[in-house]
Amino acid sequence: MYPPKFDYYRADSVDEAVALMGQHGGKFIAGGHSLLPVMKMRLADPGVLIDIGRIDGLRGITRSGNSFRIGALTTHATVAAYDDRHFPDALKHAAGMIGDPQVRNRGTVGGNVAHADPASDLPTVFLALGATFHIAGANGARSVHAANFFTGLFETALAENEVLTAVEVPAEGIENGSAYAKLFNPASRYAMVGACANITVSLTGECTACSVAVGGLTPKATAAPSVGAALVGKQLTDDNIAAAAALVLNDLGGDVMGDIHASAEYRRQMAPVFVGRALTLAGHRAGWVARLQKNVKDVAGDVLEEIERRLRK
Amino acid sequence: MKVSMTVNGKATERDVEPRMLLVHFLRDELGLTGANIGCDTTQCGSCTIHLNGTAVKSCTVLAVQADGTSITTIEGLAQNGNLHPMQQAFWDKHGLQCGFCTPGMIMAATKLAAGNPHLTDEEIRHGLEGNLCRCTGYENIVRAVKAGAQAMAGGD
Repeated sequence: MYPPKFDYYRADSVDEAVALMGQHGGKFIAGGHSLLPVMKMRLADPGVLIDIGRIDGLRGITRSGNSFRIGALTTHATVAAYDDRHFPDALKHAAGMIGDPQVRNRGTVGGNVAHADPASDLPTVFLALGATFHIAGANGARSVHAANFFTGLFETALAENEVLTAVEVPAEGIENGSAYAKLFNPASRYAMVGACANITVSLTGECTACSVAVGGLTPKATAAPSVGAALVGKQLTDDNIAAAAALVLNDLGGDVMGDIHASAEYRRQMAPVFVGRALTLAGHRAGWVARLQKNVKDVAGDVLEEIERRLRK
Repeated sequence: MKVSMTVNGKATERDVEPRMLLVHFLRDELGLTGANIGCDTTQCGSCTIHLNGTAVKSCTVLAVQADGTSITTIEGLAQNGNLHPMQQAFWDKHGLQCGFCTPGMIMAATKLAAGNPHLTDEEIRHGLEGNLCRCTGYENIVRAVKAGAQAMAGGD
């Protein structure tokens, strides 16, 4: 399948990309792993492609202060292999669940979120992590919070002539844990339901902050504030997690999507299951200090008891 | 539009339409028909080639996007008439039936196995998620990749 005809321009800088778009219109292409398939299926016919895939400085992950900046051209494979213990686990693992190895070698973070496929993984993760999207345009640069970036089905806050340059996510401290759980479409590996949990746990094992988002079953990545609100102030027990996860149904809105792979009703039923899995895993990752402390106390208690027992002999 | 790339070590240059896919460039312009077009939708992996050293699906790359890159296809794996160890392993373990998926399987497997001589069955199955075979049930493919990975590291 050939894509429909188009004129092709290659930009060597963000400024040139913005200028070319102002001049010719059309679509930006990076890895092309969202755009080319829809063009081949004749679902898109932009007429002009402006290739931003070679712009220096848009590729790679850098740590600056308390956050990581992921260049828009960074591939999913790079994110999945990124080795820094402060880098959010949910993002690293979700990137490794996208498509397959070949797709991850070519698909880019920026292209993924700019395309905003409802069955994509990264929008859900970025929403739960509270990411910031950095954008360049003819009128200069601006930043948009994740809560305002995904605006609808395949729609974002990006204007036609704006380029996404980077996505910034907060670094994880010892008290933070994040996780992504996904009900895979077995053929395409897209998310039929995806859930991301981002949790902060106190030294005593109590949940002090919790942000949850879901995707795959709603037209855009959707925040689930009811879940987080129900967990804050509580211990992350199985019962508390299950009760909180069930509340995701309050946040799905009236437009749960179904198709031949899974009905809307089935996806709705699965949402609390996968939110629960994400919460459990994120809580486990966040709660290691509390667990360790408890283990040390338990062991110390046993040792003290043993000493006292022997002294009494 | 003029594009030039190094394919299997040889410099090539052609004038192509911007919408030409890399897999068509390789097959129709260069006559390298090893990379097959199966699903044509980035799923089956039979068009897998190496672009600047990483495995990608050439049905979802434009030839103009590959301008200036270095490409290896299945035709470029054998050296001096000797099959690449992974090709030999697919032969020895009979890791194919109809053979349609085989070039893509081998191109994906060589990258999976690079620096990884002791792949487990699970790692191989997970690592070949981007390649579909409709004949073999994958058993012999997994055996072939396991043997090929060891052979690539110089073992038996």
